[in-house]
Amino acid sequence: MAGNRIERDRRGGYRLRLPPEERALLASLPASLREVLQTDDPGLRRLFPPAYADDAAADDEYRRLMREELLEGKLAALRVVEESAYAEHLTEEDLEGWLGALESLRLYLGTQLDVSEATYAEEFAPDDPSAPALALYGYLSWLQEEAVAALSASLP
Amino acid sequence: MPPPTCRIGSPLAPPANRRHNKGVSQTIEAPVEVRAPEGDEQHAHDRPWVVIVWNDPINLMSYVALVLRKLFGYSKEEATRLMLQVHNEGKAVVASGEREKAEFDVARLHAHGLWATLRQD
Repeated sequence: MAGNRIERDRRGGYRLRLPPEERALLASLPASLREVLQTDDPGLRRLFPPAYADDAAADDEYRRLMREELLEGKLAALRVVEESAYAEHLTEEDLEGWLGALESLRLYLGTQLDVSEATYAEEFAPDDPSAPALALYGYLSWLQEEAVAALSASLP
Repeated sequence: MPPPTCRIGSPLAPPANRRHNKGVSQTIEAPVEVRAPEGDEQHAHDRPWVVIVWNDPINLMSYVALVLRKLFGYSKEEATRLMLQVHNEGKAVVASGEREKAEFDVARLHAHGLWATLRQD
């Protein structure tokens, strides 16, 4: 996988250089996560972590106030990827959405796979039943690195 | 990795009220003792709330640094230092202040997928 899938262009936006099969994959992922987000799947716990680790009442109140807003933000980011998966150019706002969607996808997938810090770099056996999910996780991690690098370069 | 509750729970301050009242009741007459809890409350109110980011195996190091720069305006160097502290020590305090602000900061970190909590220092 050669680098520079996401590059800053001269118009203040970003050029998205993805092969068609990657675009098709990325266009399809938001719908699956959106479906999961309507459930109370325990794999979502990293997307909605506790704010108060030692005060259940305060944490319940926090969730009551914030859960909907956090959910809306995550859904909005997924929509951005769905709508621009085949685009050649992204605005900075679009790329922020991509970054958020990649983050949510990785948090869910990584939680399901119970990844460790070594997982990203680790080789895995092709006959491992988790191999396809691990490969997807690795791909999304790599693409998120690209998005982070592109956006970091634009910061003052 | 153990859940953050294991580590967050222990460093909380001991019950300062009780200690303070004990001292007061020995030396000062009753009406003052009645006022003492107010003073303690004020003291508790003054202690800042801290926003803690916890290490986790999913978030990319570069991503954590980017989020800290974006949300808190840290320089690249400072954001990298805090990110490395999270990575190497398991957690770092990234902001502090009044409870409402700290909770708002935690919500912003949650919106970006980071594992953040708040507690009174």
